[in-house]
Amino acid sequence: MSEAVDHPGSQRRAEGSRVTRQIMRIPTRYPGKWVWDLCFLICLCFLVLFLVSVVILFRNGVGVWGNTIPVNWGLAISNYIFFVGIGHAGTLISAMLLLLNEHWRNALNRFAEAMTLVAVICAGLYPILHLGRFWRFYWMAPYPNTMDLWPQFKSPLTWDFFAVLTYLIVSFLFWYIGLVPDLATMRDRAKKRGGQVFYGVLALGWRGSARHWARWNQSYRITAAIAVPLVVSVHSEISLLFAAGPIPGWTSTVFPPYFVLGAAFSGFAVVSMIAVVLRFAFRLEEIVTDRHLDLLGQLLLACGMMTAFGYVAEIFDALYAGEKQDLQTLFDRFTGENAWSYWGAVILNFLPLQLLWWKRMRIFPVTLFLIGLSVTVGMWLERYMLLVTTLYRDYLVSSYGSYAPSFWEWSLFIGMIGGVFLLPFLLFIRFFPAISAFEIKESQFEDQGERQGD
Amino acid sequence: MAQIFTASADTRLRAFFLIMLLVVLGVAAFAGGLADSTYVTMVGWFRDQPVPFSHQHHVQGLGIDCRYCHTGVETSAQAGLPATHVCMTCHSQVWTGAPLLALVRQSFASGTPLEWNRVAKVPDYVYFNHSIHVTRGVPCVECHGRIDEMPLTARAQPFQMQWCLSCHRDPAPHLRPPEQVTQMDWSDWERDPQAHKDYGALMVQAYGIEPDKLVQCNTCHR
Repeated sequence: MSEAVDHPGSQRRAEGSRVTRQIMRIPTRYPGKWVWDLCFLICLCFLVLFLVSVVILFRNGVGVWGNTIPVNWGLAISNYIFFVGIGHAGTLISAMLLLLNEHWRNALNRFAEAMTLVAVICAGLYPILHLGRFWRFYWMAPYPNTMDLWPQFKSPLTWDFFAVLTYLIVSFLFWYIGLVPDLATMRDRAKKRGGQVFYGVLALGWRGSARHWARWNQSYRITAAIAVPLVVSVHSEISLLFAAGPIPGWTSTVFPPYFVLGAAFSGFAVVSMIAVVLRFAFRLEEIVTDRHLDLLGQLLLACGMMTAFGYVAEIFDALYAGEKQDLQTLFDRFTGENAWSYWGAVILNFLPLQLLWWKRMRIFPVTLFLIGLSVTVGMWLERYMLLVTTLYRDYLVSSYGSYAPSFWEWSLFIGMIGGVFLLPFLLFIRFFPAISAFEIKESQFEDQGERQGD
Repeated sequence: MAQIFTASADTRLRAFFLIMLLVVLGVAAFAGGLADSTYVTMVGWFRDQPVPFSHQHHVQGLGIDCRYCHTGVETSAQAGLPATHVCMTCHSQVWTGAPLLALVRQSFASGTPLEWNRVAKVPDYVYFNHSIHVTRGVPCVECHGRIDEMPLTARAQPFQMQWCLSCHRDPAPHLRPPEQVTQMDWSDWERDPQAHKDYGALMVQAYGIEPDKLVQCNTCHR
């Protein structure tokens, strides 16, 4: 990015168009098409698995799952939290770093936002799938009806409905507004009539006039300013889904920040994985540079250590309060029948993470990818642990139970990862500029300007 | 290079979005209207019955009390439809050969009950109990309307949850002395509204009716 210092204008323009070409060649003349086709086919199979699991679920009800009466949330809700959590990283990278004027975000923001969008869609499906009477899901919305029913605004479940819906809308708007100028580039570069019309309609008549840019800047930054607080509020609210229930193990006051940081942690892990894969698959080393991997590694490490603090605070909380049931839950986590989820989370989240203290490990794509994978699995285990180790034993021995996800729960989850998360993401990479070309050019221009003092 | 879009493309896109918005609003308005329409609630829609039984004739014309046929109304959850025997208490004596009543006689002879089409009905997840309402003085006419003016029976009220709740929130004005519940045209209190008010307030107290509890979910959904 910073190879030349003394660019005359023409050279600068040439470099700009090189960036555009590098990014736009992916959707226009897709390199390595058969790999994509293969991935797409595999994801289609997962989508079929997902649809079959949904049909089985809808025909038979939630009984096909392993949910029991003490553990009535199970995989559905832990996956829901997992998916919303991943999504938060996209918003943090895009919106917060945009407002902070961190130029390096421009190489990462577009696909991170797309990842947010698909993750929130996956997350939003889970509560509906979990409903039992899924066709009544709109009862969560306040609308005039003949039953005189109104949502219980005192309940975190109602806040949840609003939080996720708002998050979905804002994430979509932010992603789409950011995409518009690049869609116009795609329109101009499209060779066939179909492509021209497709991108042309989506570009909403963008001509790149000064007024367009001024309006665009306003709307993009306002949406960003709306999106940033949502990251904090949405996941705090999800922690209140737990904390509002008087269940031992869910009452620690560290919950809201613990959840928000955990969400960012898992999200950055997924973004690192995607960045490494995209960089490798499309030879984008010049755009997603070592510096980006370095920064992602640092973010991952920082969020990871703060999440680790949450673990410590939780244990401290239980010991300090000394409530019999809290101690029992803590003990169940360490040694109970689901202790594997606790120790799995601790080990996968925090042990490989320590490698990131060394810069060589951060900029080496393979380690970054593997650590990202380990953290993603670890954070999934954490959500499972938080739900199940708490619910399966609470105050009364008579209500002790146990929980094991059934086949259809696993198939739904795996099908969703492949069919609802990766499949749209693949389509996005294939048909849209996965990296924001115009923002990279802008930041290159500004970085050079700053260095030359003009 | 030729232009991709014509000059009017922008306007057409805007028009498309406007129309979509209107369609969405229109569908919402239609759905709202439909949910409250008599097409869905069946208010005033007469139902065909195997034997065209006329409440007008039997109640207004002959003055038979509701409880003569609907025997369970004071003691059980269901008011109950009369067995063919009940019909035959009179119709073994009057209109014994009427062709209209052939099915009734047939049912009596064979012992197979008549299959009436139910008119007043709440969903199966609603636990409605007739006896508690009737013994506390909620008159029949309150929910079933002027049944004595119906040649064929139709629903008089929408039986929606908001309608149930409208009374559960404030039951006092709907109460009358229990011995008057089956009177269709009882109007003693029309001349003295204050008496009605006093009676309602007193009875709510006497029966220990707590409207707060009447609107809890598990009062009706158990």
